[in-house]
Amino acid sequence: MPQPLQYLKETPSQTAGPYVHIGLAPAAAGFDIYRRELGTQIAPEDTPGTRVRIEGRVIDGMGAAVKDVMIEIWQADANGIYPHPDDPRHADAAPGFRGFGRVIPDFDSGDFAIETIKPGPVPMKGGTVAAPHLNLWLVARGINLGLNTRLYFGDEDNSADPVLNLVEQDHRRRTLIAEKTADGVYRFDIRLQGDNETVFLDV
Amino acid sequence: MTTELYQRDRWWHPPALTPDYKTSVARSPRLAQLSLQGGVCELTGPTFGHGDIDAIDNNLIVNYAKTGDAIGERILVHGRVLDEDARPVPDTLVEIWQANAGGRYRHKKDHYLAPIDPNFGGCGRTLTDAQGRYHFLTIKPGAYPWRNWVNNWRPAHIHVSVFGTSFAQRLITQMYFEGDPLIAHCPIVKSIPDPKAIDTLIAPLDLNAAAPLDHLAYKFDIVLRGRRSTLFENRPEGS
Repeated sequence: MPQPLQYLKETPSQTAGPYVHIGLAPAAAGFDIYRRELGTQIAPEDTPGTRVRIEGRVIDGMGAAVKDVMIEIWQADANGIYPHPDDPRHADAAPGFRGFGRVIPDFDSGDFAIETIKPGPVPMKGGTVAAPHLNLWLVARGINLGLNTRLYFGDEDNSADPVLNLVEQDHRRRTLIAEKTADGVYRFDIRLQGDNETVFLDV
Repeated sequence: MTTELYQRDRWWHPPALTPDYKTSVARSPRLAQLSLQGGVCELTGPTFGHGDIDAIDNNLIVNYAKTGDAIGERILVHGRVLDEDARPVPDTLVEIWQANAGGRYRHKKDHYLAPIDPNFGGCGRTLTDAQGRYHFLTIKPGAYPWRNWVNNWRPAHIHVSVFGTSFAQRLITQMYFEGDPLIAHCPIVKSIPDPKAIDTLIAPLDLNAAAPLDHLAYKFDIVLRGRRSTLFENRPEGS
């Protein structure tokens, strides 16, 4: 027998279930308990940058809206800086910018809206540049392990983005791009399964 | 400086499609995921501080009290958040939510006939300390029925959400209680293929941490993905 490896195993995931809002967004569940809910504001009103609103739905394999999903957002500021010590430029992040948000759809329609600023391009190690994007993480009843994906903007130049260029099929690449529908407004539907299934990421 | 994470062991986690858990059938992607070598976008993540939460937020027996304490079995749930190298994860946000002692959630979509406890909200949150430790005082949740098969009952469980230091460590799971016979009958538990992995979600009774004449205790350690130490930096990141 070789020497044993001493690593621990990651705690296995379980679905967030139908009542995820109680813990992570209690106001949406219909009660008021915390002085302050987390993730309600990705970028305060005075954050530098272009304000955008992204409207969409999460859709299951039968075409029905997933009304009990929770989406988390993690994004850079308008200069492409993440407010986290592991971003080499973090000292220059916009003051007060959290970059983190939680979005719950309307329980009746399934429509969600993300209100934030458009992030800037992010310089990557090795000299590539990531096109402006939001990192998204979805949990819901029926989803055993949270799903990672990204949201890019249809009015940006996404041609050199290293992640989009890893997607072999052009029509699948388009599942990650929010289309502009009005000034500062974009449409982004996430399809969990079937036709035009969104590209999900193993990060 | 960003360091990559160990590859997530997707044979250890539940797969997306687990048909005995019926809701997974229409909510699981059919196509393969795109694997990324993590870059700054995933290896950073939100940070939280004591200004975000209140000291009372980790005491579910009193944090929604209106006329008195919540009713049920008083328990301490405590443990550590570690990474796969057994290093503590300090200052990270741990959030929990759960049903009350009768298995009823305080949620407008829960219509189970067991009553709401007027003094129990069912959610809590805290930050780990410098050694990665956390604790909650709460009521042991009850089992409850759910519409999967006609006679499916969830074992008593507490939902647990942890951030770690990067968005790619984000994890939501469920903690179960030692000795609960329903664990072996639950399609959500059995979405995890390896019985050894299921065991890591079962919190043992911890009499050493109980407070005599006050509350019992259960211990639940949480392990997040470890970070690869880069001994030779010879390739650019793929994203």
